[in-house]
Amino acid sequence: MIPELGTFATILALCLSLILSVVPMIGAYTGNKLWVDYARPLAKGVFFFLSVALVILGYAFLTDDFSVTYVAQGSNYNTPWYFKISAIWGGHEGSLLLWVWIQAFWTLAVAVKSKNLPIDIVGRVLAVMGMITAAFLLFILFTSSPFDRLLPNSPAQGADLNPLLQDFGLIVHPPALYMGYVGLSVAFSFAIAALLSGRLDAAWARWSRPWTNVAWAFLTLGIALGSWWAYYELGWGGWWFWDPVENASLMPWLVATALIHSLAVTEKRGVFKSWTVLLAISAFCLSLLGTFLVRSGVLTSVHAFATDPERGVFILGMLIFVIGGSLLLYAIRAGSVKSESTFALSSRESMLLVNNIIFTVACAMVLIGTLYPLVMDALDLGKISVGPPYFNALFVPMMSLMVIFLGIAAFSRWKETPTQLYISKLWLPAVLAVVAAVVTHWIYSQSIEPWVLLALVLSYWIVFTWGREFISRLRNRDDMITGFTKQSRSYYGMMLAHLGVAVMIVGVAMVTVFVEHRDARMAPGDQIEFRGYTFIFDGAREVQGPNYTSDMARVRVLRDGVPYREMFPEKRMYTARGMVMTQVALQPGFTRDLYIAMGEELENGAWAMRLQFKPFVRWIWLGALFMTAGAMLAASDPRYRKQAKRDAAQRQLVTE
Amino acid sequence: MRSISILPLLLLLLSFSIQASFETYEFSTTHNEMRYFKLSKELRCPTCQNQNISDSDAPLAADLRRELHRMIEEGYQDDAILDFMVSRFGDFVHYKPRIAPETYFLWYGPFALLFGGLSVVFFVARNRRLRAAAQVSESPAATNDVEDTSVTSALTPEERARLDRLLQQDKNL
Repeated sequence: MIPELGTFATILALCLSLILSVVPMIGAYTGNKLWVDYARPLAKGVFFFLSVALVILGYAFLTDDFSVTYVAQGSNYNTPWYFKISAIWGGHEGSLLLWVWIQAFWTLAVAVKSKNLPIDIVGRVLAVMGMITAAFLLFILFTSSPFDRLLPNSPAQGADLNPLLQDFGLIVHPPALYMGYVGLSVAFSFAIAALLSGRLDAAWARWSRPWTNVAWAFLTLGIALGSWWAYYELGWGGWWFWDPVENASLMPWLVATALIHSLAVTEKRGVFKSWTVLLAISAFCLSLLGTFLVRSGVLTSVHAFATDPERGVFILGMLIFVIGGSLLLYAIRAGSVKSESTFALSSRESMLLVNNIIFTVACAMVLIGTLYPLVMDALDLGKISVGPPYFNALFVPMMSLMVIFLGIAAFSRWKETPTQLYISKLWLPAVLAVVAAVVTHWIYSQSIEPWVLLALVLSYWIVFTWGREFISRLRNRDDMITGFTKQSRSYYGMMLAHLGVAVMIVGVAMVTVFVEHRDARMAPGDQIEFRGYTFIFDGAREVQGPNYTSDMARVRVLRDGVPYREMFPEKRMYTARGMVMTQVALQPGFTRDLYIAMGEELENGAWAMRLQFKPFVRWIWLGALFMTAGAMLAASDPRYRKQAKRDAAQRQLVTE
Repeated sequence: MRSISILPLLLLLLSFSIQASFETYEFSTTHNEMRYFKLSKELRCPTCQNQNISDSDAPLAADLRRELHRMIEEGYQDDAILDFMVSRFGDFVHYKPRIAPETYFLWYGPFALLFGGLSVVFFVARNRRLRAAAQVSESPAATNDVEDTSVTSALTPEERARLDRLLQQDKNL
């Protein structure tokens, strides 16, 4: 009975979202304020009923209602309660429900937080978001309902959640990633609303900017959490695989990165308006494309969802409608947009345009690399594989170029920047970056590796150029303290995010070049020594977990001969599915991780063991956290709220 | 019943890839060991979803690892080993597609796009500048400040006053 209420709540949410996508839109066109005013309560209603549906699905998991197919597939009596809750989004159907619930959450957030926006814009934005919600709800109800029953032969015991997913990573990674993906629909809806109303001005950019920053922050966080999860869960110690599913999340991220920079120019200078709108449309379309690729079975990937052609066709149809429709609208409306100012080749506008070009081309590269094997196969040109060697060979030079411009841009000014200014400000950071990179590299390894050297030069380049820019800002004030406090939150957010880039580059290069590992047969008492650490294997014993049995090894670690830590890697056997899984033992550190994974059991209590020394691997995610925090800080800048109030007052003035 | 039929497929899809599987090969030199790890990451396991032979625990991947180890220790060069693998399993086995007419777009396309994009930046910036200069020379009120004239000359005195007010607000913020 209760799962049927879930279906019922989903249907009600669909009805409300259909009304939401039609009524306020008509109201905005005909100037009927009453109809537009329906948008906010409708958005609240959709959110309410989807929350009910989500809670009911969670209830079905917690009460072990195995008559619900989705619960029977993804849970078990012995599954711990927190994994029962995260099992809600552990499979295709439930993760779609989470997706659409987050869509409703963003819609609600826009409805509540848009008090200062003109009501016709709010109506249009919420209507577009309602359309997206409705499309996903139709998809859920027709092809992927998580409330479908297994009646009358419902199983007594569930199949259990995939052991790979029984991890803290599942609790945090999908919600964060979906917040990012779906958050891009806000920027998309603002863009569509602006195109529909024909008012594509700087105010529009100002309204979408904080939303886009928050969505980008979540997307960054979600991708970083996924990378961190793969690193410790899969047992190989890799942190990025250029897998199609990862690429599907990277593509919207790259375009969204271009978008947040482009929005800055549009807001401040009133140029690139149509380009920014195009980016906003592309970013969301790419996150839909990612959904299509991951869930339709077009791509082969280790973590693709279960596939079904019917679903693929539905998403493809939706994709064509959204991309085709929005591009058509763009083609009709964008031509009439006028720029409000001009700029020189040597200017901050051009710098940000270069940023946009590099990020969109990088995205195109990832798209080409991901789809090329499919196209080749479809055209009968042979089966090829495009993998990490290809992506690294192209992505690294592009991002290096991007970082060089990132440093130069520190001293660019709006409208026009004299070339001499660049030279006079940049030569010192450039020299310092090279010197500091050589020195730190030599101190670390007493050798010079070209890739590490390049990475260090680029990191120091970012730090020194932006550092110099920061100091010159402080000097412009009377004293240092007011200098510190007078800078805006968006400024500090930008600095933090750019610092995150520098931190991440160090992590990527160090762990790629200086990683060291040993695959060895270890009998009890055996020891292996490298990088100043001694690993002594004390043997493995059997341990009983809640829904698994495990062989747990004990490895004592000595640092420079002195006892340091004990590590316990495991080989788990999950009973419900009969699946064997490696549980790695990690000793995280600021400058290095120790990483132990167990392989096969060999004769006489000996095991195959993989020991890894991973320098600076944490810096990769630390950098991503800096970017996330930076974007959040920028979005919280009070000037958006003040400005929105003034925009509203001004519009009132104009209409009166 | 459709939903039940997916179940085994779901299990199958997700049950790959979770077991770190590796052998404890001995190498005569560390250089050989480095080559082994590099090449085992570049070769794709032909029977898996999307995994290199180093990460996969499929039996075929284990065979390929043994083969790779043997060839390296017998003194084959990287190219010879890759050619051998490609001749046995096709281009599919190598994650780095070879440069051939059908992959020109894959390898050079992004750079062409980058070059094209940067040229567009150059021309857009230059043209806007030229257009702005043309506007100024047409305008009778042309002074040495390009931007301000082109924008403010179109304002009436009242608009001008309001603009000043708004600008003042900006400063007070």
